[in-house]
Amino acid sequence: MANTDQEILEGLAEIVAEETGLDTADVLLEKSFTDDLDIDSLSMMTIVTHAEDKFGVRIPDEEVKNLATVGDAVSFIKSAQA
Amino acid sequence: MTSAREVVVTGLGATTPLGGDVASTWEAALAGASGARTLENDWAEKYGLPVTFAATIKVDPAEVLSRPETKRMDPSTQYAIVAAREAWADAGSPEVDGERLGAVVSSGIGGLWTILDGWDTLRERGARRMLPMTVPMLMPNSPSAYVSLEFGARAGTHALVSACASGAEAVGYAADMIRTGRADVVVAGGTEAVIHPMPLGAFAASRTISLRNDDPQRASRPYDIDRDGFVLGEGAAVLVLESAEHAAARGARVYAKISGVGLSSDAYHITSPDPEGTGQVSAMRFAMQDAGVGAADIVHINAHATSTKVGDLTETRSIRTLLGSDADHVQLSATKSMTGHLLGGAGAIESLFAVKAINERLAPPTINVDNPDPELQVPLVRDEPVKLPGGDIAAINNSFGFGGHNVALVIQSA
Repeated sequence: MANTDQEILEGLAEIVAEETGLDTADVLLEKSFTDDLDIDSLSMMTIVTHAEDKFGVRIPDEEVKNLATVGDAVSFIKSAQA
Repeated sequence: MTSAREVVVTGLGATTPLGGDVASTWEAALAGASGARTLENDWAEKYGLPVTFAATIKVDPAEVLSRPETKRMDPSTQYAIVAAREAWADAGSPEVDGERLGAVVSSGIGGLWTILDGWDTLRERGARRMLPMTVPMLMPNSPSAYVSLEFGARAGTHALVSACASGAEAVGYAADMIRTGRADVVVAGGTEAVIHPMPLGAFAASRTISLRNDDPQRASRPYDIDRDGFVLGEGAAVLVLESAEHAAARGARVYAKISGVGLSSDAYHITSPDPEGTGQVSAMRFAMQDAGVGAADIVHINAHATSTKVGDLTETRSIRTLLGSDADHVQLSATKSMTGHLLGGAGAIESLFAVKAINERLAPPTINVDNPDPELQVPLVRDEPVKLPGGDIAAINNSFGFGGHNVALVIQSA
């Protein structure tokens, strides 16, 4: 059940919007989770939990720190689905 | 007045089974409305629950909070935040140094929905699926902590736990924070959100909850001879307390004074009150001494009165013991007849009702008293509100909790 980059971005944007109250339109590939979207570590782990559910992938804890931007997360999920 | 720093109430907020704010809650209370209703779910058939109703919150917090707020706060915290925001705005959003601002919001049980949802998730889907916010959501100090975050309260945030006395103990502790000089303003109250099948089943097992399933609105009937237990309620109430000088300096509207705090414990039984009422009398006496008021000054009491025979009667005997013949001019109100029992929120909403009663000189009614218990020893406000006298008047809010906790607060006209 591989998703396209666009589908992953849209799905991730919905999760981030639910967690933070941001508009889905603000969740763009180049945005940094911490610097741009103001997401703390607990919120990030909540987003990871929901993303694993939604995309049927496993995002190991040691990988989460490498996911600086939304684009990083989209790429990781894409490759994990492959 | 003997205390160095007088404490006044300058803001009120609530979300209850009667209404989503103070105005609608108070209006419904004066009209003698009931917040109890049949639960629209399958708990009775699914779990064999013998009770099918409760006093559920009137306005879902999802209507007033943002989606992220409802996702990261247990319902008990959501109710507290709704009430706290109203109280803060009602107080005129006071400008106060965070170092001089406190937050004291209690819950009797804590984040029960979060605990049980987390347990369900763990069992059904495994640890990997558990939400990272589970612990900060379930902890019983979460409502207090979120209220401190909301307003930047850095003088201390506390969550006193004493079952059904928790909300009143929070208000009393907040008053003491001001009187001892720790704070100038404290946001104080109580909250509870446990209308879940587990506590309903547990209360039914202890035979303390009403099973009047065919007539929920008539089920909570303190002092009626046909009472059969309390009705579980939910919601929150929050008061903004302030030193009189701080309130005067900013020209704040003052509802009433919190002038006496009385605390005691029964050390008698884990759930039953001491039938002699010794601890209850002590708490009320301490509160009156603290406030410097005499028996003749007390014109109104908001009773703890949960609609259980032993609890209701012990309290009125205690009041009679304490006040003697002066109990004849007390207007006693049992507002749980309308709100149901908010557990950790009860002492807060009933303190709020006592403040409103003193401020508007109107004691709210007690509904469903078709046949008053002949052992009732104090004049009861029934069905219609009763006018309270002019001049300097004082009220007591009593709140007692499983565990033998007794809290009495004296509320005086400003």
